[in-house]
Amino acid sequence: METELSPTNSKVVKPKRRPTNKKVKKAMTISLFIAPALFIYSLYVIYPILTTLNYSFFEWNGISDKVFIGLDNYVKMLNDDVFWISLKNNAWVVLASVFIQIPLGLVMALLLFAPIRGIRFFNGIYFIPFLMSTVAVGMLWRLMFDPINGTINQLINLLGLENVAWLSEKNTAIFSVLMVIVWQFSPFYMILFKAGIVGISEEMYEAADIDGANYLQKFAKITLPLLSPTIVTSSILAIVGSLKSFDLFYIMTGGGPNHGTEILGTYMYKQAFINYNMGYGSAIAFVMFVLALVVVIIIQYLDYYRKKKGDLL
Amino acid sequence: MIAKLKQGLLYLFALILLLFTAYPFVYMISTALKSQQEFYESPFALFSSFNFENVQTVFEMGLTQYFTNSVFITVTSVLAVMLFASMASYPLSRMKFKLSGLVYILFIAGMMLPIHATLIPIFKLTQSMGLYNNLWALLGPYIAFSLPISVFILTQFMRDIPKSLEEAAELDGASHFSIFWRVILPMVSPALMTVLIYNFIHLWNEFVFALVLISTPEKMTLPLGLQNFKGEFSVNIPGLMTALALASIPVLLVYLFSQEKVTTGLAGGAVKE
Repeated sequence: METELSPTNSKVVKPKRRPTNKKVKKAMTISLFIAPALFIYSLYVIYPILTTLNYSFFEWNGISDKVFIGLDNYVKMLNDDVFWISLKNNAWVVLASVFIQIPLGLVMALLLFAPIRGIRFFNGIYFIPFLMSTVAVGMLWRLMFDPINGTINQLINLLGLENVAWLSEKNTAIFSVLMVIVWQFSPFYMILFKAGIVGISEEMYEAADIDGANYLQKFAKITLPLLSPTIVTSSILAIVGSLKSFDLFYIMTGGGPNHGTEILGTYMYKQAFINYNMGYGSAIAFVMFVLALVVVIIIQYLDYYRKKKGDLL
Repeated sequence: MIAKLKQGLLYLFALILLLFTAYPFVYMISTALKSQQEFYESPFALFSSFNFENVQTVFEMGLTQYFTNSVFITVTSVLAVMLFASMASYPLSRMKFKLSGLVYILFIAGMMLPIHATLIPIFKLTQSMGLYNNLWALLGPYIAFSLPISVFILTQFMRDIPKSLEEAAELDGASHFSIFWRVILPMVSPALMTVLIYNFIHLWNEFVFALVLISTPEKMTLPLGLQNFKGEFSVNIPGLMTALALASIPVLLVYLFSQEKVTTGLAGGAVKE
């Protein structure tokens, strides 16, 4: 390169130099624009994921020297009842999201298009739970579930039933937390469905009206099929969201009673930052990453398949 | 007649949902306004008293510090994310280069990532940087985990800007930096607003990183501080409710003034405006 720049044959080189120079300049510009974001992202997202994988092959309390133990942490995990309980509870979160939260979000969204007054008001209030911090929501509901002073038991007393220790009994704890999750996150799906419904053209309903379709028929034949992309998106977000959930469980039950509400997030946190099993904690964390990755790959595949085959899903 | 019945049912439905969503919130506010004695005498009476003493108590017990910390770290992180995300989105959406697809996917994939997968290394990294139990420790993780959604929103918007505007500026001899500042950024200001609101609300409420990286009360952000209050207020429930209500106010104020922006903003990546 440098020899080409010699002044003697500059006339020949000049037209050649320009494009390379421009190319280098372009590459520089692009790098400068992307560098700050990419640097922070690499340091706090990409590097940690790889390091988590690395740590997962060690026995380590976070302070003293790491001891390489190969796949032992993963073998331990397979035989760890609490890990399986956590995974099962994560599955409960997904089920509650898909079968309660998403339908409720849809109902809320449909109501916002119903011929009633005060839509803006209803919309405004319905959305509030989603704005509050999960910590505040968890603490608020903990008080409401309180065995003695809680609102919920008071209500039950009015109906003539006995007090229930909602969050400290194994049978009720997980469902109590799931109910709060439904309460807090339904508004999110409401917004997604609202956007979906707005996108459906009026003409379709007008055509159906001419054919004499009733409300239910219109819902089943027009609204629901056209909302199916939104339903798929919502379900994906629910699955990924379950792997991310932590705050509500941590605040409301701390994973108790006796791991009854343990989820992968709380279990990983406990292993790593309470028991200082950083190696085992990393192994659980990496499994969480892999699960999320698998979900994303399946989605990508379905998306590709859908685009290839046309409609469906 | 049937139409009226139908409409009545719709109202009933809407009201039941209203009760379900709003009651806990109303209960929180109403309890916050009671003294401890009033709370034990009539725990469920709504708005039976308007006692603002709790506010003072709660602020004296350290809420002021949590507030200051939260405002500082949230505002700093959000501003940094807006700058870095829009800078990165510019070449990703407006220029053609080999690695653009890969870099884009790398950023976007972060949206699906469970934070726990990065928690231990970030904890160790923070320690080795000497930032453990320092508010600045949160800046890196907060920016990094806000980038995916922000880049996603901003690139979508930047793609829609007509090429002619850029070309006109280029003919005038403008550099890429001035095109970015003078042409692109003003054009995407609605998207920047979305990014601002989305990240403000999420970071204001963020809990996991604060839990792992901060340990002493004077460094705590609001969510962590509230959790810390739990022990001190185990008997003073109105006091606790006051703290919860006060912590929710900034986000609710933002919501009150820009309801539409917040709802579409929070639906963020999933819904295009």
